[in-house]
Amino acid sequence: MSNDLQTAPSHTEFVDNNQGSAAQMNEVKSGPRIIDPVFTLEDVSVSYGKYVAVTDVNLQIPSNDITAFIGPSGCGKSTLIRTLNRTNDLIPGASVAGKVMYHDADLYDSKASAVEIRRRIGMVFQKPNPFPKSIYENVAFGPKVNGRPKKSELDAIVEKSLRGAALWDEVKDRLGASALGLSGGQQQRLCIARSLAVQPEVILMDEPCSALDPIATLRIEELMMELKKEYTIVIVTHNMQQAARVSTYTAYFVTEVNPLGDLRTGKLVEYDETKKIFSTPSDPRTEAYVTGKMG
Amino acid sequence: MSQTISLKGRLSLRRTLIDGAFRFFLYLSIFISLGMIFWIVSSLWNEAGWLLSWDLLTKYPSYDIDNAGFQSPLVGSLWVVGIATLVALPTGLLTALYLEEFAGKGNKFSRLIELNIQNLAGVPAVVFGLIGLAFIVRGFVKWGFTVGSAAAVIAMLMLPVIIIVSREAIRAVPPSYREGALALGATPWQAVWRLVLPSAIPGTATGSILAVSRAIGESAPLLLLGALSFVTFNPTGLDSPFTIMPLTIFKYASDSREEFQILASAGSLILMTVLFILNLIAIILRDIATRKRNV
Repeated sequence: MSNDLQTAPSHTEFVDNNQGSAAQMNEVKSGPRIIDPVFTLEDVSVSYGKYVAVTDVNLQIPSNDITAFIGPSGCGKSTLIRTLNRTNDLIPGASVAGKVMYHDADLYDSKASAVEIRRRIGMVFQKPNPFPKSIYENVAFGPKVNGRPKKSELDAIVEKSLRGAALWDEVKDRLGASALGLSGGQQQRLCIARSLAVQPEVILMDEPCSALDPIATLRIEELMMELKKEYTIVIVTHNMQQAARVSTYTAYFVTEVNPLGDLRTGKLVEYDETKKIFSTPSDPRTEAYVTGKMG
Repeated sequence: MSQTISLKGRLSLRRTLIDGAFRFFLYLSIFISLGMIFWIVSSLWNEAGWLLSWDLLTKYPSYDIDNAGFQSPLVGSLWVVGIATLVALPTGLLTALYLEEFAGKGNKFSRLIELNIQNLAGVPAVVFGLIGLAFIVRGFVKWGFTVGSAAAVIAMLMLPVIIIVSREAIRAVPPSYREGALALGATPWQAVWRLVLPSAIPGTATGSILAVSRAIGESAPLLLLGALSFVTFNPTGLDSPFTIMPLTIFKYASDSREEFQILASAGSLILMTVLFILNLIAIILRDIATRKRNV
């Protein structure tokens, strides 16, 4: 088909052929019907060795929008977001069953390159993790590992990415200073700028604000609203208000205790428009959670 | 009425005593270790300090006290240890990288290697000398009593130490650097080369300094490898015969004439000075590397 993740074109141009891609034709078993989704998950289970972290997930993630994963600790939402760019591969023993489709390409196809996938699908982590390099070098890192850009191109990418992450005005006079000297909120925006620099289509955010104070959190949320015009964003959050404020779609997960053993497994309970999840959820468990009666 | 609060310390006698005793032992251990070095250096200095002159470095070993010096053993030691370091440092670092980053934690093969390396670090130096004699000097390689054979054995001696400390240094690099780099589409090798390795350099350098220092004072294995006592020419290449400082010092010290015993002390001072200079260079290089990284 048109999308082959083995080859590495410098730009993400997904040509959908008119017969309709595999992903589009598939009916999802739950949740809203999403036209031309970026991700389609079918019966996805993720395990670490024998321990099943999350199971039976079916959902579709829309493009140029923010989708939030919420739920109590241990419900597998972080595991799930990490399977969307194969970051979970790095954990020994991790395995994925079911189908994770990115447009019409299977992310877990044996021929798909994890490196190319991660270039297209960026990730921002829970704890800001700037590299021990200058601010400039942090942003330039992605373009440098993906090619040999000229200095002038690199300068332009760095400025554009820092502006994109609403950090440019604060750091433009000290691009050569160590990134480790920035505040937590600035560091997290630098990490966002860093992922923008490789021009991904999707940015996955795994609790990006959990280590930040309310003001820094607010700035990141504003930034996310700005970024969704150009990028598809998936966010895992513990903060329900955050999900309600920023996301258009919300997936609610629970932890189920396996009666056979003491193993806990995450399950998708409900996936719908955020408005509906927070006002008239169809599952009583979701209602209990969003109204604060549980979790 | 306001309360009068006294903030005067009123620790119990027991706590005061334990605190004092703890401090005392800390100072005592510093005093012992510094005292030993001071004692050794000062007694050498008292005995042979007056003898030190550039002449000692230009003259070759001899039975004639007026013509006896340390040129060929000093050059020989630098050759042997220098070549051994050039071989052992990259090999050790790459082995450590493989074991830490690429071998996989549960891998039985890498665990076997790990066990072997730890054992090797505890093998007496003489055993390495015997192996060198059997396999490198004679045996398969038939390199003879040369600088090359000696460097090979000293490299073997240094390798386990370098591997172990490099692994510790690599392990201390936060995993979030790797994750961050991979999330930008870096290949595992790029993540290692551009982030993990630079961050591991200071730790690796410290360990390598130790390994080099030990190697330069090593004499037992080289005795078996044909380090001659009175060589009146400098090594010119890998195939040259050679001698080394520790052996020459030993030879002078075992001479019955008192002048030669003083000469041996002078040799020890020279060896310690060389060691000090080498360590200083390594520390300066390490600091430059660290500062460059933190810009």
